[in-house]
Amino acid sequence: MQQIIIYIFKNSTKVLFLLLFTIALVLTIQNHSYHRSSVINSANRVSGGVYEKVNAVNEYFLLKSENEALAAENARLKSLLFNQSDSLVHDTKKKWNELMYEVTRCKVIQNNYNTFNNILTLNAGKKLGVEPEMGVINHQGIIGIVEKTSNNYATVVSILNTKNQINSKVKHSNHFGIISWNGKNTGYVQITDLPRLATVKKGDTIVTSQSLYFPEGIPIGAIDKIYTDNKTNYYTVDVRLFNDMTNLGYVYVIKNYHKQEIENLQKESILK
Amino acid sequence: MTQDSLIQIFRFLFFLLLQILIFSKINLFGYVNPYPYVLFVLLFPIGSSKNFLLIASFLLGLTLDIFLNTGGVHAGSSVLLAWMRENYIKFSFGLNYQYQSVKFFEKINSELISYLLLGIATHHLCMFLLEIFSLPLILSILTRTLWSTLFTFVICIGFIQLMKPTKR
Repeated sequence: MQQIIIYIFKNSTKVLFLLLFTIALVLTIQNHSYHRSSVINSANRVSGGVYEKVNAVNEYFLLKSENEALAAENARLKSLLFNQSDSLVHDTKKKWNELMYEVTRCKVIQNNYNTFNNILTLNAGKKLGVEPEMGVINHQGIIGIVEKTSNNYATVVSILNTKNQINSKVKHSNHFGIISWNGKNTGYVQITDLPRLATVKKGDTIVTSQSLYFPEGIPIGAIDKIYTDNKTNYYTVDVRLFNDMTNLGYVYVIKNYHKQEIENLQKESILK
Repeated sequence: MTQDSLIQIFRFLFFLLLQILIFSKINLFGYVNPYPYVLFVLLFPIGSSKNFLLIASFLLGLTLDIFLNTGGVHAGSSVLLAWMRENYIKFSFGLNYQYQSVKFFEKINSELISYLLLGIATHHLCMFLLEIFSLPLILSILTRTLWSTLFTFVICIGFIQLMKPTKR
């Protein structure tokens, strides 16, 4: 015992280095495993507060593009409203007690796109009903899935994150595939398991399929390149994102009221 | 509280804020990022306690990790750099570096350049290894390390030029 203590005192610098480096390694490895990720994250009061302050300044530079985007979104919604078959006959009974999705508006206060595992920070948290595993979209398409929340902030696993996998389908044919990112270009994501039976061509639109996180039909991107691999029965497809992930402002968090029910059902089915 | 330690505290906050607010947003060609906060570790006074430097660099890295959501990537690589620093100073400035003046960065010469390049390359290699964390992508890790090292180096030289005391 004495020997050990003497050794530690003699080599205090080495011991300190090993200790600190090990802590850093453990944190890194935790961050890389998907399910117990990031003990340390930016959804806390200090860093969230700093990002919010910075963002309050930054948003003045983006007012014009933000306005244009909102106007375009308004126009689209209006066209939907006007084209409804009969806008007077609403099924009012059905409306509130069978609501399936709730949308919360919030803002990206920290955007990140230059690493392999990108995480964004939002300025909405538990107080506004944001919980882990909710989908995040904006008017152009999907952004990611909420990972951690604090009272006022939330972190989001961006679609530009090699750990993220999101169900998608080809808009016109309902063939399913899983979207992931290969870490190379911030404008493109990949579908790796689209069956070769599917007839796809360049320019086809890819949308989300109905899942726990997203409602059906939220745009993701357009097919840019199709690779065929003779060894497997699947296409690998490059999808050009509709979203410019390097420039994000207001986003919407989607709460699925039926998520718990679906999850319970799936759990029971697996057990039997 | 001497003037020197005040300068170090100021530098700590200065590089931290600059990294979070400006340099993390710079993204050349989609993958080249500068990390000039390594200057805090590299330019730490030579005579001071090594344990103190280790703890200070760990804190600097950890704060960055919290802000950038990177786990322990910056903490690990800063601590490694702080640990290796003495060897690099010996290598670049010669064995009797202790007798040199503490402000060894006043003149930009080949010794300082080799010291900076070695330090930055070590830090960046460790950082990208930890961040990407997958051996099949080793080529990507190496190219990112190479270009980011050069970019950080250029920015560091700029900072050193600015920090030099003016001649009277």
